[in-house]
Amino acid sequence: MSISKKIVDDFVANDVSFITTVPCKQLAGVIDEVDTRPEIYHIPSNKEDEGMGLCAGAYMGGKRPAIIMQNTAIGVTINTLVTLTQYYRMPLPMLISYRGELREPVACQVEMAVHTKALLNQLHIPTYHFHTESDADELDTILKYTFMCNKPVAILTDASFWGGYGDQ
Amino acid sequence: MIRSEILREIAPILRDQLVVCNIGIPSQELHAIDDQPTNFYMLGTMGLASSIGLGLALAQPKPVIVIDGDGSILTNMGTLPTIANNVADNFILMIIDNGSYGSTGDQPTYTGKKTSLSKVAEACGCENVIECQDKDTGAVLQEALEGGEMHIIVVKCDSGNAKMPVITMDPVVIRDRFMNAVAS
Repeated sequence: MSISKKIVDDFVANDVSFITTVPCKQLAGVIDEVDTRPEIYHIPSNKEDEGMGLCAGAYMGGKRPAIIMQNTAIGVTINTLVTLTQYYRMPLPMLISYRGELREPVACQVEMAVHTKALLNQLHIPTYHFHTESDADELDTILKYTFMCNKPVAILTDASFWGGYGDQ
Repeated sequence: MIRSEILREIAPILRDQLVVCNIGIPSQELHAIDDQPTNFYMLGTMGLASSIGLGLALAQPKPVIVIDGDGSILTNMGTLPTIANNVADNFILMIIDNGSYGSTGDQPTYTGKKTSLSKVAEACGCENVIECQDKDTGAVLQEALEGGEMHIIVVKCDSGNAKMPVITMDPVVIRDRFMNAVAS
């Protein structure tokens, strides 16, 4: 089974039925997989804070939401995470491509990578880092944990997890 | 008319509907005029009322009215293409367009100058975009509710705020009673 299929299977098994995405090359397979599932309403957003707003509304409407985005989005969404998701105590699994880690070909991505975990730590956001494919075995438990505690939870997935960029 | 006069006039229409209200003075005014469990007050996060409202409308069947502002739409302009391309016929976005950032001291926004939000919404692909004058808000909103289709209403009105108390209700209480009202 492909890793993208396994990830989306875990979302569906945990009743996640509303997913917003801002694309990343590394996440393309997962986003394609989300699109194939009739159980999930996929709503692409133009910016990650907009996506978190959509997720907040969907949650209050009775759906379990999730967001798929790049780690650069942590810089974009701090205010939203703090004053909406955390302040109103809402669950939000965040599947994040961790750009700027080992095997990264684009130097600028490293500039945000070096701040990613520090920012998540400062925001007291539970953070999990998938580095090898077997790390994804915990996704099901992480999703259950997220909807148990009503918090945003970060799942960082680096280039090694996704098998690199193919040309290195 | 200023925003608070419009809200006072349409309060009887809003009372039985799910309402997502914009951050700052708009929420304070609605809270003071007619607090309801069906009102979701934004205490922070400028710009996201329309996104929260759209997510809510897509997730459940009851009508959702978002009370937004021109400044907040300008902050989150990307919301309009998302709304246009994810049609929820139970969704009404009402933009109180007073051409100013009311909560921060009535500094002018660009919608009081060259920018037309109704034209932007139409260019983004939104259907049923209606621009109306303040005094006509109630009739236009009622018609939109009865129409059963997604609407974007841009209400042109005067700049100004009523002096209302800050909302001291805990955010989790606001969210919890709102979710109970949604589910009831």
